[in-house]
Amino acid sequence: MCCPGCQAVAQVIADGGLENYYKHRTSEAPSPDSISASEQLQAEFELYNHASVQKHFVAELEDGTRQATLVIEGITCAACVWLLEHHISSLEGVIVASVNLTNHRARVQWDEQKIHLSDIFVAMHSIGYQGHPYHPDKEEQLLEQETKLAMRRLGIAGVFTMQIMMLAVALYTGAGTSLETDNENFIRWASLALATPVVFYASRPFFQAALRDLRTRHLTMDLPVSIAIGGAYVASIWATVTASGEVYYDSVSMFTFFLLIGRFLEMKARHRTGKAGNALLNLLPASAILYTDEGEKIVAANDLQQGNRILVKPGHTIPADGVIIKGSSSIDESALTGEYLPLTKREGDRVVGGTINVENPIDLEVTQVGASSQLSSIVRLLERAHEEKPKVARLADAVSGYFVTAVLIVATSVGLAWWQINPDHAFWVTLSVLVVTCPCALSLATPTALTAATGTLRQHGLLITRGHVLESLARATHIVFDKTGTLTEGNLSLQSTSPLAELTARECLEIAASLEAHSEHPIAKAFHHISQLTQVSAAEQLKNHVGQGLEGYIDGKRYFIGKPHFASQFCDTQLEFADAPDSQGQWLLLASEAEPLAWFGLNDPARKQAASMVQQLQKMGLEVQMLTGDSSAAVEHIARQLKINTVVSGVSPEQKLQHIQQLQDNGAQLVMVGDGINDIPVLAGAETSIAMGSATDLAKTNADAVLISSELMRLPQALRLAKRTRANIRQNLGWAILYNLIALPLAAAGMIAPWMAAIGMSASSLVVVGNALRLTKLDRSDRLE
Amino acid sequence: MSIIYLLIPIAIALAGVAIWGFFWSVNNGQLDDLESPAHSILYDDDEHLIPDDAKPPKPADKQ
Repeated sequence: MCCPGCQAVAQVIADGGLENYYKHRTSEAPSPDSISASEQLQAEFELYNHASVQKHFVAELEDGTRQATLVIEGITCAACVWLLEHHISSLEGVIVASVNLTNHRARVQWDEQKIHLSDIFVAMHSIGYQGHPYHPDKEEQLLEQETKLAMRRLGIAGVFTMQIMMLAVALYTGAGTSLETDNENFIRWASLALATPVVFYASRPFFQAALRDLRTRHLTMDLPVSIAIGGAYVASIWATVTASGEVYYDSVSMFTFFLLIGRFLEMKARHRTGKAGNALLNLLPASAILYTDEGEKIVAANDLQQGNRILVKPGHTIPADGVIIKGSSSIDESALTGEYLPLTKREGDRVVGGTINVENPIDLEVTQVGASSQLSSIVRLLERAHEEKPKVARLADAVSGYFVTAVLIVATSVGLAWWQINPDHAFWVTLSVLVVTCPCALSLATPTALTAATGTLRQHGLLITRGHVLESLARATHIVFDKTGTLTEGNLSLQSTSPLAELTARECLEIAASLEAHSEHPIAKAFHHISQLTQVSAAEQLKNHVGQGLEGYIDGKRYFIGKPHFASQFCDTQLEFADAPDSQGQWLLLASEAEPLAWFGLNDPARKQAASMVQQLQKMGLEVQMLTGDSSAAVEHIARQLKINTVVSGVSPEQKLQHIQQLQDNGAQLVMVGDGINDIPVLAGAETSIAMGSATDLAKTNADAVLISSELMRLPQALRLAKRTRANIRQNLGWAILYNLIALPLAAAGMIAPWMAAIGMSASSLVVVGNALRLTKLDRSDRLE
Repeated sequence: MSIIYLLIPIAIALAGVAIWGFFWSVNNGQLDDLESPAHSILYDDDEHLIPDDAKPPKPADKQ
């Protein structure tokens, strides 16, 4: 057990007879801070019992029970799902509890007479999970409908294709020999009946897209696909009705099925990161402590009005934008700016909703709520960036635009020519031109290569969520990194200790750890791993001086830790930052009343692979830049360490967006890598954006790709694979066009029988697929790593 | 060969049933979570379902 939180969770699990969880879990659960629901938390949970709050996410069922969907934080593997389901179902009054591992949502149905919703939240909390009410926004509901529609289309195409193939076998084997004409006609009519739903229901997206293409005069693969499906279908109906010629129902439905599979997989990948649509909402706390005439009262954060006076206790999230009217504290704004060090705020300073009060209780006057708050304005900035996102011309689309036009012109002129020579043959020859130039190979060329490469990258920890990523990665000229959390680890850690008096480094560390043991300040957290092993007795009479440091008594002796002039205020020699061993990073001084004891060097170290990654990227000819909101000396230190020449520091999210838009206007093909909420607008505005795996959910949803493993070496590998993918697509397109150039004149001359066209079509598609499969392996040099 | 006049309509009807079942499962959310059901078979939480005389002789867990 690493902490009391974990121990308590384990106790609850064992008491409930749910030890199986430990047998089956496949990944470690995060350590909970503490599990005994604090008063504040309890009060917050109780807010969810109010009818006014519940009306947003709770449904009353006919039998009087209630049902709600909750988003659950902290689910890491299937064992979590099992544990949650069993623990919640075992509560008296809970009727159904089912948890979805894919989107981390729980559906709970309970009897309000026997149990309240707050009790369910408390029960979840006691086994280490955080529940939030889930209000699906409009976009998410649309996504869900889209997925379901796509699945139904896939089902129709799949089941009916199998049936049609079965009938096609009969037609092929019986052709011209034993099959009687009556039987053959009957089988054709049956195939027609089966193919009709495939064409009218399953391939509808292709027809719709083709119509849109025609309206916008921007030709894509959807048009030839629609013509091939529609043309072959109509021709087959003609053949069926007149009992002549050939039928192509099998080709039509199989073609539709395979294309739908590709589109479905692509859509799934796009939706994968969309599971936390209201992540930003969760950043704001559900409750606030309001000063009223009758004293302090806990209210829902949504009910706050401008001008209200509220109390924010240390460790709590600030519920709305406001001005401090009493007290001073340090505020953790990492959610907004990505910086890990809290800023000191005093009376009269403005604070932003969604940030965290770290040290002291403060009184606020609310200045802005809801849509006008700063957090919401970041979201608006994001929407704007989305609209301005540069449109990437797709290679295949560009080629297919010309190709489609050419095929249509050729088919029409061939049709007209044959109409003059021999009107009986005109229709069949025109059709065989369309079939032989069937864009199968051409339309498979890009998606198969992209699917293979995307799958390979996913196995290696880079999840691609939008189709254009591989193409624009291959063309990238600039790569821009955020600093905190991307190039660096994103949290402070203890780098060095230099003792100044007789005490050893170890003893100094233990004193410091004891002083910092109860503080949640990021600086204090750097010492927490030591405090578990320490033998020094706990510090007493701890006093927190905001923005300065801590003081406390250990074994009757008074110690100070913090900024040098604060810590050494009672010493004979006053120390300043200039006296620190060097000027890099963050230095803390530990002192007693008599003398300074030790310097502690704290730093946010660069990620291990960062330097070699930057080197590799530069070797590939890319310009590497660093773009950060931080303006401290650490920026330059990291830049020098990683050998990044272009650094833009101390910029706001708006300025970041401006910077990359300026680069893009000057013709740069830009890749942005970032993690924080402050990076979201710039991620959305960059042509290609990659979010780190540890990034906030909102950042992930808005990035084109997510580096799940947070291993930076994947980036150069991905760039190399992207280049190979582009080459592969070109080979595929080249082959498809070559095939068409040979087959087209033959078909136009009426020299190709339908069965030859069918074989040629399949063979050219197989070549394309086989070539694309080469992308399922990384380069040999990358594999060895 | 006239049997196909019976068999093919039956096959089409069966395909229709399959489609109906598939649509039902999609609309009912049966396919929403494709990950956790694969794991649930591995949990030994069904001991109360095993008849006493069919249990292995060794003493049962404390559950």
